[in-house]
Amino acid sequence: MEEAVIFAGFGGQGVLFSGQLLAHAAMAEGKYVTWIPSYGPEMRGGTANCTVVVSDEPIGSPLVSRYSVAVVFNNPSMLKYRSLVKPGGLLVVNTSIVEAVAERDDITVLSIPATSSASDLGEVKLANMIMCGAMLAARPVVSVDTLRSTLTAKLPGGKRHLLEVNLRAVEEGIALARGQFMPA
Amino acid sequence: MTAQLMKGNVAIAEAAVRAGLQAYFGYPITPQTELLEHLAMRMVELDRVFVQAESEVAAINMVYGAACAGVRTMTSSSSPGVSLMQEGFSYIAASEIPCVIVDMMRGGPGLGNIQPSQGDYFQVTRSAGHGDYRPIVLGPASVQEAIDLTILAFDLADKYRHLVFVVGDGLIGQMMEPAVMPEMRPIRPHPDWAVDGAVGRPKRIITSLNLTTEGCEQANKRIQARLQIIRENEQRSAEYDTEDARILIIGYGTAGRVAQSSVKMARQMGLPVGLLRPITLWPFPEDRLRSLVDNGVEAILVVEMNAGQMIEDVRLVVGRDVPVELHGRMGGAVPLPDDIVEQVQEIAAQIGLTRASVV
Repeated sequence: MEEAVIFAGFGGQGVLFSGQLLAHAAMAEGKYVTWIPSYGPEMRGGTANCTVVVSDEPIGSPLVSRYSVAVVFNNPSMLKYRSLVKPGGLLVVNTSIVEAVAERDDITVLSIPATSSASDLGEVKLANMIMCGAMLAARPVVSVDTLRSTLTAKLPGGKRHLLEVNLRAVEEGIALARGQFMPA
Repeated sequence: MTAQLMKGNVAIAEAAVRAGLQAYFGYPITPQTELLEHLAMRMVELDRVFVQAESEVAAINMVYGAACAGVRTMTSSSSPGVSLMQEGFSYIAASEIPCVIVDMMRGGPGLGNIQPSQGDYFQVTRSAGHGDYRPIVLGPASVQEAIDLTILAFDLADKYRHLVFVVGDGLIGQMMEPAVMPEMRPIRPHPDWAVDGAVGRPKRIITSLNLTTEGCEQANKRIQARLQIIRENEQRSAEYDTEDARILIIGYGTAGRVAQSSVKMARQMGLPVGLLRPITLWPFPEDRLRSLVDNGVEAILVVEMNAGQMIEDVRLVVGRDVPVELHGRMGGAVPLPDDIVEQVQEIAAQIGLTRASVV
C-alpha cells in the first residue's frame, strides 16, 4: 500500500510542518516514507508545498504525477491539485480561504473551514493541525494515535506550551470530517 | 541504532563529520546550503575547522592546502560553483592527494536555476579540470545511500590519494527520509606523505608542477596506472528485477530512483523490464552492464536529467549490440515514472515484445 500526499498552501500556513509531522508519524509506524518540499525562489506569502509518500515497501520515486490525497490550504493550490487526485482519492479543502469547488465526483472531498475554526480555537496557525486531523479521519495514512504521540514528541521546543491546543485542533479536524464523512 | 528523519544535505554533512572530517571549506549556494549550515555548527562544536571562504575558487584552494597538510578535508557546492573550482581539482589530482567534493547539481547551463539536474555528469566524470585524469564519482539515490557513500568517499580518497565526488541534486539534498547514521570515527593520523612540518625528518614536497617532459609523462603514467586499478576494482551498481530483463533501464541518483517505480509499473503490465543503477559514475559499472547485455537484454533506455551524457558511457560498453534510447529531462525537470513507462512500452513494441509474448 502506497499513499502519496501533497500538502499545499501559502508559506506560513504550516504546510511543510504538516508534511513533516506525517513523515515522522509514518516512520514511527515503521513505514517507508519520503518528504520533499517545493523549493524555489519563493518569498514569504508565496506558495509552498510538500509531497509525502508513505509505503509498506521501499519507495522508488518520491515524486508522483497523481496523488492519493491532496490537502489544499489556499485557492491556487486547489486550482492546481484538484485534478491531480487519483480516482477514489481524498481532497481536503480549507474552505475558509478556498473559493473554487472540486468539480470531481470520483473522489472524496472534505470541506473544512480550517482557518476560521482555528481562529475560534484562539490561534489561526492551528489550521494545519485541523486539516491533518480531518485528513486522517477520512484516510488513516497513519493512525490518529500515532499523529498525537508524534506531535507530542516533535513540537519544536519554543512551542511546547501550544501542545494542548494543537492536539485540540487535531480533534476539531476529526470532528469536522466525521460530520461529512463516515469511514467505511 | 535507530533511524532518524533527515534531509539529504544534513545527512551528508553529518556523515562527513562522523567519517573524521577535520577541515571544511565552502561557499553557500542553493541547493546545498544546509550542508554548509550544518557544518558551520558541528565543526565549531567539535573544535574542527570550518571556513566560509570568499569564493569557490578560494574554497577549493584551501581544500588543496589542507589535504597537503594531511587532514581529512572536503568542500561542497552546486554546478556553477563546481565549474569555478576546476583549476583546483586539476592541481589536487596532479598532486595526488585525497579530498572529497560534494556537488548538488542544479539546472544549467549558466546560472540556470536551483531545481534538480544531472547536467554535471560530463563535468565530473571526465576530468573535472584540465589534464588527464578522472575523479572517482559516487551517485547516491537515497538519504541512507548519501550517508554511506560520503563515508566511502573519504575512504576511497585516502586509499587512492585521489579526488572523490559525491553528486546529487536538490531532490536528494532537500528530501527527508529515515536513515541511520554511523558511529563517530576517530580522526585518522596524518599520512606518511603529508607536509606537516619536517622537524626531525627529511623534507617532503607536494607539487603539481612538473617541468620536464620525462618527469611529467612519468607522473601521468603513474596516475593512469592507479586509475586503471580503480577501474578494475571499484565499479559499483544496484539492480532491480534484472534477472529476466529484456529491456534495461539505466539511471543513477534521482533518475535511477524514479525509474525504479517505472520498473515496478512495467512489471505489473507484464513487461520484462529491469533497472541498472550505477552507484559509481566513474568508474562506470561497465562490467556489470556488459554481462547484462550478454545475458538477454535486447534494448536499453537511459534515463537522465540532462540531454544525454551518461548515455555515451553506455554506448561505449554496448556499442551497436542493442538499441540505446534516451529519456532525458532538462532545466531542472525531474522525469516521472508514468512518462518513462510510456517510452518503455514504445520500446517493447519496437522490439516485438507484447504482453502476450512474455506472460
